[in-house]
Amino acid sequence: MTKKLEISAGKVPEIGPDQFALLEKLTNATAVSGDEHEVRQIVLDEIKLIADEVQVDAMGNVLATKFGRGENRVRVMLASHMDEIGFMIVKKHDDGLFEFERVGGIDERQLPGKAVLVGRDHLPGVIGAKPIHMTTRDERKKTIEVGSLRIDLGPEIGDQVKPGDWATFATRFEILGPSIRAKALDDRLGVATLIELLKHAPENIDLLVAFTVQEEVGLRGARVAAYRFDPEMAIAVDSTPANDLPNWDREVENSRYNTRLDAGPAIYVMDGATIGDQRLVRLLTDVAAENDIPYQIRQPGPGGTDAGVIHKVRAGVPSLSVSVPSRYAHSAAGLARIDDWANTLRLLHTALSQVTPELLAVERRD
Amino acid sequence: MKSLIQKLVETPGPSGFEYEIRDAVREAIGDAADEIRVDALGNLIAVKGKKAAGGKRVMVSAHIDEIGLMVTHVDKDGFLRVTNVGGVNPLTCVGGRVLFMNGTRGVIYVSDLKPGSLPKITDLYVDVGATSKEDCPVKVGDVCGFERPFLDLGKRMVAKSMDDRIAAAIAIEALKRLESTPNEIHFVFSTQEEVGIRGATTAAYGVDPDVGFAIDVTSSGDTPKAMPRMETALGNGPAIKVRDASFIADPRLVDWMVKQAEDAGIPYQMEVLTAGGTDGRAIQMTRAGVPAGCISIVCRYIHSPSEMVDKDDVENSVKLLVKLLSEPIELD
Repeated sequence: MTKKLEISAGKVPEIGPDQFALLEKLTNATAVSGDEHEVRQIVLDEIKLIADEVQVDAMGNVLATKFGRGENRVRVMLASHMDEIGFMIVKKHDDGLFEFERVGGIDERQLPGKAVLVGRDHLPGVIGAKPIHMTTRDERKKTIEVGSLRIDLGPEIGDQVKPGDWATFATRFEILGPSIRAKALDDRLGVATLIELLKHAPENIDLLVAFTVQEEVGLRGARVAAYRFDPEMAIAVDSTPANDLPNWDREVENSRYNTRLDAGPAIYVMDGATIGDQRLVRLLTDVAAENDIPYQIRQPGPGGTDAGVIHKVRAGVPSLSVSVPSRYAHSAAGLARIDDWANTLRLLHTALSQVTPELLAVERRD
Repeated sequence: MKSLIQKLVETPGPSGFEYEIRDAVREAIGDAADEIRVDALGNLIAVKGKKAAGGKRVMVSAHIDEIGLMVTHVDKDGFLRVTNVGGVNPLTCVGGRVLFMNGTRGVIYVSDLKPGSLPKITDLYVDVGATSKEDCPVKVGDVCGFERPFLDLGKRMVAKSMDDRIAAAIAIEALKRLESTPNEIHFVFSTQEEVGIRGATTAAYGVDPDVGFAIDVTSSGDTPKAMPRMETALGNGPAIKVRDASFIADPRLVDWMVKQAEDAGIPYQMEVLTAGGTDGRAIQMTRAGVPAGCISIVCRYIHSPSEMVDKDDVENSVKLLVKLLSEPIELD
């Protein structure tokens, strides 16, 4: 397929059929931490005609540079991770049954009964569970530990699988009215956003885009990517849980939602790995207010993004995280709003277009 | 020095929001340094001295951030839910007061505490006197420090944020008293120590020192039913750290520090801490590795709003630091 060469520098990117098609391709691909090959290929195909420089580094990060024009261009790094949570086959049994381990943070209570795809050929299997007919009331109260679960591919198909193969949930991308339902929205929403930003790169900055690996197992790819780019500032673009259902525990109102759908991009002041640079927090909140772009502050608390390692690289990098909120993160299917994604893209593009050396010339302060 | 200490401990500066305390430190240093700069993470770096024959580039690190709380939610009645910035003990929060960076004050209390149980951070709320979400003067993401006035008890001093403003005061005082040195000394007033030694990590990379010292507080073993196996006590002098949970001080440097203290007749004690960590780790692990040590000030009630240190320990820490920095550092 020949790609249409879309370069419309400076223009605010929008979400339409092409962007949905890209996100569909990205979320349906399999790229569990350590095996990001499929998503990397999609990314490389998308950006090879657009970026000024593209390289794949030793860990598999895609590092793309789009130079701006004029003097005094700030070197701005953006990072989104290509990898997703998933599984790895660890032991083979007869009949196409396999023991497996989790890769990244997955709640084992969510596993029984889920359809999965195994290996680079996307072989279909299922995480088996004893049917309700055969279980006792006591059994149904207990969590089945991952060590007791098996992925079942049946004979013949199972013959093509070996320990070390990766697997993901089998969920396919769907648009549900104003929403997107897919697996791996964390962080293919970020990857798709960064591809759009490369296509519409603001010319006032040098845009250093890292599509990173192994974020879900400890922010590993971003560390070396940031060392290579040696940027002057950085923004991690990720997807964060929206736990915004009406009630939480016995409280009068849900006070632990992390983020909410329909409230716009989530800007981080502090998570478990980074305290956002207030100069950048202020840039984004000011730009949002001036341009009537909705935004929310992600509830400060645990968790982390690629910013957690980027800001500590070399002599330090002013850093921030921005996320598209999504419900049911790290499960078989997440749910995000199209408008939240579009507003994240718009906010980032508008804010990056206003980045000047003066932004960082003042000391880090409120 | 007492007025400097009072100024530093009463200035708010939770991790990541060190701009006021950084200004206070810069003002206290005045023109005593040869050069002052601020790096990407907000570390204030004051340089004194030129590397002479036998001299080294030395990093001295005292962190200026303190633990605090950050707003996670403002409810419909104007009460705030919070999360911790650094290692906050919820037990010491209940009934205490906070000061937000925008000047708002408030009271911390606890909801739904069952008899016999300890409060968790999510059980705490802060009341700033608001009656609704609409008239609440702070918002999600705003940060506060604990508020408690400085207390002079004669031989001892009490304040919130003795950890680690007492070390900042010691470093400033040493910088001023230091008359001649063969070393090029980078006094780093570091940020974000309480959330994971972050500022010192980037400062150490930027300074690229030959040798480094952290200055921080350490626990005391001299209170009723104190932390077991802790030798340190208030008033026994600066503590020369052998190890903590984050790093093992360079043994050559430890021996050299002991020798300098003995030569100068400065009382000292040895510190072995089974928990905790300091900027020393960041210095030691930067680039290809750097010999690093730590002077600790023994402190009671660390990470509570009433941290206590001994005045003689403080004065002797200044003397020891000046002595260390005045000499060529020889490690064999």
